[in-house]
Amino acid sequence: MSFLFYAGGVVALISTLLVILQTNVVHALIYLVLSLLAVAVVFFSLGAPFVALLEAIVYAGAIMVLFLFVVMMLNLGQTTREQEKAWLPTKVWFVPVVLATILLIGLLSSFPVNSIEVAEVGVMEVSGLLFGPYVLAVELASFLLLAGLISAYHLAKSR
Amino acid sequence: MATFFKLVLLVKDTLISQVVSLWKVFMHLFVETDTVQYPEQQPHMFSRWRGRIILTRDPDGEERCVACNLCAVACPVDCIALQKTETEEGRWYPDFFRINFSRCIMCGFCEEACPTNAIQLTPDFEMAEYKRQDMVWEKEDLLINGTGKYHETNFYRIAGKAIPGKDKGEARNELPPVDTRSLLP
Amino acid sequence: MTWEIGSGLSIGAILLVVIVTAAMLIWVERRLLGFWQDRLGPNRVGPFGLLQVVADMIKIFTKEDWIPPFADRFSFVLAPTIIMIVILMSFSVIPFAPGLGVVDSNVGILFVLAMASLGAYSVMLGGLASDNKYALLGSLRAAAQMVSYEVFMGVSLLGVVALAGSFNLREIVIAQEGGWYVIPQFVGFVIFLIAGIAESHRLPFDIPEAEQEICAGYHTEYSGMKFGMFFVGEYLGLVLISSLITVLFFGGWNGPALLPPIVWFSAKAFFFIAFFILLRAAIPRPRYDQLMSYGWLFLLPLSLVNLLVTGAVILMQI
Repeated sequence: MSFLFYAGGVVALISTLLVILQTNVVHALIYLVLSLLAVAVVFFSLGAPFVALLEAIVYAGAIMVLFLFVVMMLNLGQTTREQEKAWLPTKVWFVPVVLATILLIGLLSSFPVNSIEVAEVGVMEVSGLLFGPYVLAVELASFLLLAGLISAYHLAKSR
Repeated sequence: MATFFKLVLLVKDTLISQVVSLWKVFMHLFVETDTVQYPEQQPHMFSRWRGRIILTRDPDGEERCVACNLCAVACPVDCIALQKTETEEGRWYPDFFRINFSRCIMCGFCEEACPTNAIQLTPDFEMAEYKRQDMVWEKEDLLINGTGKYHETNFYRIAGKAIPGKDKGEARNELPPVDTRSLLP
Repeated sequence: MTWEIGSGLSIGAILLVVIVTAAMLIWVERRLLGFWQDRLGPNRVGPFGLLQVVADMIKIFTKEDWIPPFADRFSFVLAPTIIMIVILMSFSVIPFAPGLGVVDSNVGILFVLAMASLGAYSVMLGGLASDNKYALLGSLRAAAQMVSYEVFMGVSLLGVVALAGSFNLREIVIAQEGGWYVIPQFVGFVIFLIAGIAESHRLPFDIPEAEQEICAGYHTEYSGMKFGMFFVGEYLGLVLISSLITVLFFGGWNGPALLPPIVWFSAKAFFFIAFFILLRAAIPRPRYDQLMSYGWLFLLPLSLVNLLVTGAVILMQI
């Protein structure tokens, strides 16, 4: 499980980096999907299969599909690719990367090296918690979604 | 809410028709198929079918074709080519007779144009070849040893032209030639 | 090497059987369609035309594998592999028989749903990378159709999950020993059936690849083995949906002890495969907006009501 965790983490990091570096939007989106799936694997390796699969269904399977759906209709071509390239010259990214690396080294040096303790959390436990102590949060989230649904309906309604 | 009930009614109506059509299509499993299993099971061909072209012989066993070129003229796709020549006795026949079946559209105009019933279309359609050049048929491929569909036609026995064994005036329904030097009526 | 869940032997056997079944379905479908249309179908290559599949495969493998110069190569090559991988991954949680399967997962149904939702990428990337009007239209349709029908597919399954008290497909089958869930969950079954057809975009819901309107939709530009992967992927999807219906609503391997469990499973799955082919033979394709409004305005409320009633009945029984 520890190997799975590190493999998922490395894939997530590399693919997220590639999302930023890609000039082709579709390729960037593919890498973003890959990154989300890698995060799902990380969740799975930490003993949360329910969350892992929800990540795959909701983020990778639904939200990113809608992203791609929008990209399809935008008709992005060679010009946008060149524009993207012009936006990322070396002097823009160099200093932030160096500073972030210093932070990363600091973070890694303070990391606990002992192995990860995995406690499997099943679907029953998650739902017990959601509808037990956190029921208010669930209800609030559903209110938010309902509001989003109604406003989308209002916007899409023909006048 | 009203739209929802309308949809329910719509689904009720359409669903029943879908199920009925599913059942009817399923019952076609027990209906005899219409397929003709072709190479084993030959289709019935009609005698007037316009298929492979042949050149026939008259009842005497001689070539009917007199190389008049009417078939080549009538052909809308120009697939017939022939060259006239003569025997020593003066009987006309084609030196070569060539039909390019890769062009032929089996329209039968050549058969209609032919004054001697020499060129005829038969109910044979299995003429596939692997090479295009093999679709060009020469006279020896086309000529058969029979009379084809019309058994009686015998051009030289009707026509006035003299050939060996039949002088002028000896043809069927032909009067002897008028002797223009005679004074008798 | 033993026949237990997750052993190399059973994984290999399941992979082989599933792929061969999907390939043979090309022949089965053509013959059954033939019979339903008063013809014979392919019956020349081998006994009963059984080797037609081999002939088709030889044709597909030896065809030119053409990538259009205007296509986005990366996505173009990626798209057909996604659908094969995703659907073959879904088979890993299907319980074929007691002690036969790839994994015994506690979140089996969710895994299948996740893989089905990832399958949308294959269609979308294929259409987008082709840089072709018809392909783009097809993949736009596919994206909208798959995203919306996933919702009802998930919701219609929840009734079964609530009755069995588990997301584990193997436990769901065991819970059906007393009676198949098609009886208490008939509405859920019908919704799942319709959503399943739409999800695997089979006829009559093959709107993303409607040949008469938009050529072949998202795989217009594909040829050779890449097209073959889309093609076999569609049949794999058919087998998957049939297996899922069998497992969730028709008791999986349960049946009278006359026959071994795997035979019961295969027979039930084949029944649904044949039913899908019958649907293809009999039902015309709906219009695109009809499909969407039918889904959102009718199937979604119906599946929510179904879930609500199921939950209420279960709570009353406790």
